[in-house]
Amino acid sequence: MKSEFTQPIGKITKINGQCISLIGNDIDTDRIIPARFLKCVNFDSLGESVFEDDRETLKGKHPFDLEENQNATILIVNTNFGCGSSREHAPQALMRWGIKAIIGESFADIFYSNCVAIGIPCFSLPKKSIEEIQEYCGNQFLFLEIDLNKSLAKSKDLNFNLEIKESSRKMFLSGEWDATFTLLENENLIENKFNQLPYMKFNNNLL
Amino acid sequence: MSQNTLFDKVWDLHKVSSLQGGSDQLFIGLHLIHEVTSPQAFGALKDKKLKVKFPDRTVATVDHIVPTDNQSRPFKDNLAEQMIETLEKNCLEHKIKFFNIGSGNQGIVHVVAPELGLTQPGMTIACGDSHTSTHGAFGSIAFGIGTSQVRDVLATQTLAMNKLKVRQIWCDNKLSKGVYAKDLVLHIINKLGVNAGVGFAYEFAGPAIYELSMEERMTICNMSIEGGARCGYINPDEKTFSYIKNKLCAPKNEHWDKALRWWKSLKSDETSIYDDVTILDASKVEPTVTWGITPGQSISINQQIPLLDDLSPNDKLVAKEAYEYMSFKPGQLIKDTPVDVCFIGSCTNGRISDLRVAAKVLKGKKVSKNVKAFAVPGSEKVANEAKQEGLDQIFKDSGFQWREPGCSMCLAMNSDKLIGNQVSASSSNRNFKGRQGSPSGRTLLMSPAMVAAAAINGKVSDVREFINQ
Repeated sequence: MKSEFTQPIGKITKINGQCISLIGNDIDTDRIIPARFLKCVNFDSLGESVFEDDRETLKGKHPFDLEENQNATILIVNTNFGCGSSREHAPQALMRWGIKAIIGESFADIFYSNCVAIGIPCFSLPKKSIEEIQEYCGNQFLFLEIDLNKSLAKSKDLNFNLEIKESSRKMFLSGEWDATFTLLENENLIENKFNQLPYMKFNNNLL
Repeated sequence: MSQNTLFDKVWDLHKVSSLQGGSDQLFIGLHLIHEVTSPQAFGALKDKKLKVKFPDRTVATVDHIVPTDNQSRPFKDNLAEQMIETLEKNCLEHKIKFFNIGSGNQGIVHVVAPELGLTQPGMTIACGDSHTSTHGAFGSIAFGIGTSQVRDVLATQTLAMNKLKVRQIWCDNKLSKGVYAKDLVLHIINKLGVNAGVGFAYEFAGPAIYELSMEERMTICNMSIEGGARCGYINPDEKTFSYIKNKLCAPKNEHWDKALRWWKSLKSDETSIYDDVTILDASKVEPTVTWGITPGQSISINQQIPLLDDLSPNDKLVAKEAYEYMSFKPGQLIKDTPVDVCFIGSCTNGRISDLRVAAKVLKGKKVSKNVKAFAVPGSEKVANEAKQEGLDQIFKDSGFQWREPGCSMCLAMNSDKLIGNQVSASSSNRNFKGRQGSPSGRTLLMSPAMVAAAAINGKVSDVREFINQ
């Protein structure tokens, strides 16, 4: 029985949980959440449709369907994860399924910023380490304790120094990943910038 | 660290503040929205009790979910109807200009903004759609964002962003006859890889790029994201300025002179420093077709699908997946692959010049009886222009269906979908598994001219054989 979804709020310092491994390069956001599920005005029901077509193809053998993975919270992936469409529906669907952090070889840029914006830290590790984790996950449960302060992931057998953009790490630690109010604090600077931009003057007949 | 490139100049100009940890707060000059990625953003504004800060700097249209056969309201699809109603309501409530169906200016957001003259050099442009990179063709810095970032732009007109590195992609010489911007960009993505652009903005430069029309430049920048680069741009020149002149929202009279003076000052310096430079020979590019499940898996029309041994270790994993999904054998020729559906349209290749090129191939010919072919103009303006030129009639006479504007089968959020494991020849931008609406549907990306040739022959064909007739 999956625990009820709660949206992250505030500071994110530690994430502990079971890993779920998904092997493959260039897994795009159309696969994470096919476009037909984008016909919605909120994100609430996306969790159940995550990887819908891949799961259908694998008839119960997809990692997201396996019984032993149902409580997993840390997703392990390979290169260029989340490429393609900018749909935030993709990380939203992962989050609503239960994912709280992702560790991979590399991430597509827009996917990465979407994850930061909704409170899912994405960490990088070299190919060798990812393959080591994926192999481990293939044989037994792997529980990792991720410490954002130290950028460290550890289990009883394995330890990894995680890489994460310093700006993202700081935003998670301070809670400012939920950026709107931080950005609004500079309201005067925003107004000044608006007034300084050359094209605001010659586009006064905009519409 | 890059210096004095157009990217650096536009970025620095729009930087509002430095945020902790090294990211910047960046002012967004133009914000484009559509029905799919905005409703939750407006919902979040409501939750946070915030207003839209500069309603005049956001412009909306509807494109992803609109049906292309019958656009009368309410739409047959209830969910689609709910999405357009939500956008209408949000735009009304927040006083945002909305180009709705029938306004004469509706269409795919990346087709509409340039043709209205909204897209201009030196701007920062954001939109909740990854193909926002299209607007970089005008020398703007444009990139796709997610819904939470749409919320931030609505509420603050700014974004928290990490500055990108800049790679110049220098394209020498000229494209040969029968080879188009689409072929060039597919070639670039193939050579550099689908994730080479992660962390980069791509500056497309060189004689082959400057030779291209504005619409062809849009095709190039549009697909930057398929190479992993969130942002792609081209330094503006006389072609850029004359394209914008007299457009609905272009600066007028004395404003035009001021704008022109500023735009002319906007380009990468000859002494600019790039984080990386890649040089390609455009004259070597041939009509190009994808064979796999990423836009990087492409070959020239006369080439064979690569053998596993010919690929780098990193590409092997996805290649194996692609052979299986596409039912292709390594070493097989892509030419003469039978196709079931031919689609001309999308933000990559749904503009008037794309329709003209395809119509030229189709004129006096018939679509193969085994093929379902349809053309979807990128906007109401494109559709009207095509009708004035009689292109719609050429398409219809050949056996193509002529549809109403929208994103259509590029991502199949309306009823235009592949069925089962059908193979499509498509002028769109993504050949991902399931992208065109069927979980087992197969997509071959190519230029609109090549799609027209495939439609006539019922199989993947070399368009040069038609042009040279």
